[in-house]
Amino acid sequence: MKLLTCPVNGTRPLSEFVFGGELRQPPAADCSDQVWAHYVHNRNGAPGLKQEWWYHAPSGTWFIAERNTLTDQVIRTYLKGQESQA
Amino acid sequence: MPLRLLKYALSKEYPGKRFFQAHETPKKSYDVVIIGGGGHGLAAAYYLAKEHGITNVAVLEKGYIGGGNTGRNTTIVRSNYLTPEGVKFYDASVKIYEGLSEELDLNLFYSTRGHYTLAHTESAMRTMRWRAEVNKHVGVESYVVGPDEIAKACPQLDMSCSGQAPILGALFHAPGSVARHDGVAWGYARGADSLGVEIFQNTEVLGIDVQGGKVAGVKTNKGYIATTKVLSAVAGFTPRICEMVGLETPIVIHPLQACVTEPMKPWLDTILVSGSLHVYVSQSSRGELVMGSSLDPYEVHSTRSTLDFVEGLTSHMLDMFPFLSNIKVVRQWAGMADMTPDFAPVMGKTPVEGFYLDAGWGTWGFKATPISGKTMAETIARDQAPDLIHSFRLSRFEDYELTGEKGAASVGH
Repeated sequence: MKLLTCPVNGTRPLSEFVFGGELRQPPAADCSDQVWAHYVHNRNGAPGLKQEWWYHAPSGTWFIAERNTLTDQVIRTYLKGQESQA
Repeated sequence: MPLRLLKYALSKEYPGKRFFQAHETPKKSYDVVIIGGGGHGLAAAYYLAKEHGITNVAVLEKGYIGGGNTGRNTTIVRSNYLTPEGVKFYDASVKIYEGLSEELDLNLFYSTRGHYTLAHTESAMRTMRWRAEVNKHVGVESYVVGPDEIAKACPQLDMSCSGQAPILGALFHAPGSVARHDGVAWGYARGADSLGVEIFQNTEVLGIDVQGGKVAGVKTNKGYIATTKVLSAVAGFTPRICEMVGLETPIVIHPLQACVTEPMKPWLDTILVSGSLHVYVSQSSRGELVMGSSLDPYEVHSTRSTLDFVEGLTSHMLDMFPFLSNIKVVRQWAGMADMTPDFAPVMGKTPVEGFYLDAGWGTWGFKATPISGKTMAETIARDQAPDLIHSFRLSRFEDYELTGEKGAASVGH
């Protein structure tokens, strides 16, 4: 069984978690339609170490996981904004 | 015994002709370089040579031909899609497939089985009716059937699915077929080779030379190749190739897994799909049940397989066919599916002049092999995409004109 560590609830089976996609910064609200279309649709699809949103469903906890998408290794997990304490 | 077979028995050396020449070193330049020696890339090479007279073409494959998603899918060919654009496109593919064994002079074991998409809920029935009407409108033979007809076509099926998900009806699609997928790659390779196309295995593309917004060449582990036209037909490696030309796309990579059971005597004539139970299954000509499920739920660039997948899939298979409980799964594998937000492919020209994309084939690529080869060859030869693939252009995303195929492209959504 594959495991993932929730920063609040500790190590749990992966089946308790939902993948939320890469952490991304939205453009300014008054950006052009083209910039907005790029933000809505395009993704950084190449493999590498990425910061991703994950959700621990039983406790309703959203958090960040740093994961290598080539090897599927999770480097660390932390609550958004608490990176320095991780 | 045919005389040809006798020749094999009596000859000291292997008397068969190679399917294609084993080229080692590429020339300094080609008119067209195709990255990816899967079904799509080889079909494009074949039609470039055959229909457009462009034979100075190199196909670069970093592994061996047909070893990627061409040899990893569950071999289903169908056209019962949701959008008229999609149905027309896949129907054109089915029509080529029907005569492809003859055209390539290779038995592809193309077997028309009929294809049932089972509905276990009222909302699924609504989607089936919708798909049936779109299919009929375009002239594709699909219609909704009730539980009696399904039970007659497949008497082994537990119509209540262990009491958990009773079958309310299905979308029946008469042309639904299976074929030998590696044969498709080998047939196109032989056809392209005989017309002058050069195929290079173990040849990896390391970079693409773009000068002033135009393709100038390709860097490979076997040296630099000058060319003005490059086709990327690399499925799960698309984001890495696009990164080489600085092109951003909506494509993300999720593994798609599949498995087969030990061989049995023939009992399953049709192809069955259940969206609610996340299962599709057919019986191969070897007697194995070929089974697939939904995508892995998160991005991974790897062809690893998992126990979770087999456990989930077989549990749902037993809901449908309880008598299979003693049958063993003998192989499992995964492919890297290049997923798009609307579940339609990305085909045609790109903002980089001379860089053509045949990608976003997610979980629906094998069935489109012939028509994608044909339309991409036309796109490259004329530098203009035919109308048939207009809805699949990369710029549809910035135009907010998506081609929503999610309801028909795969299971479990």
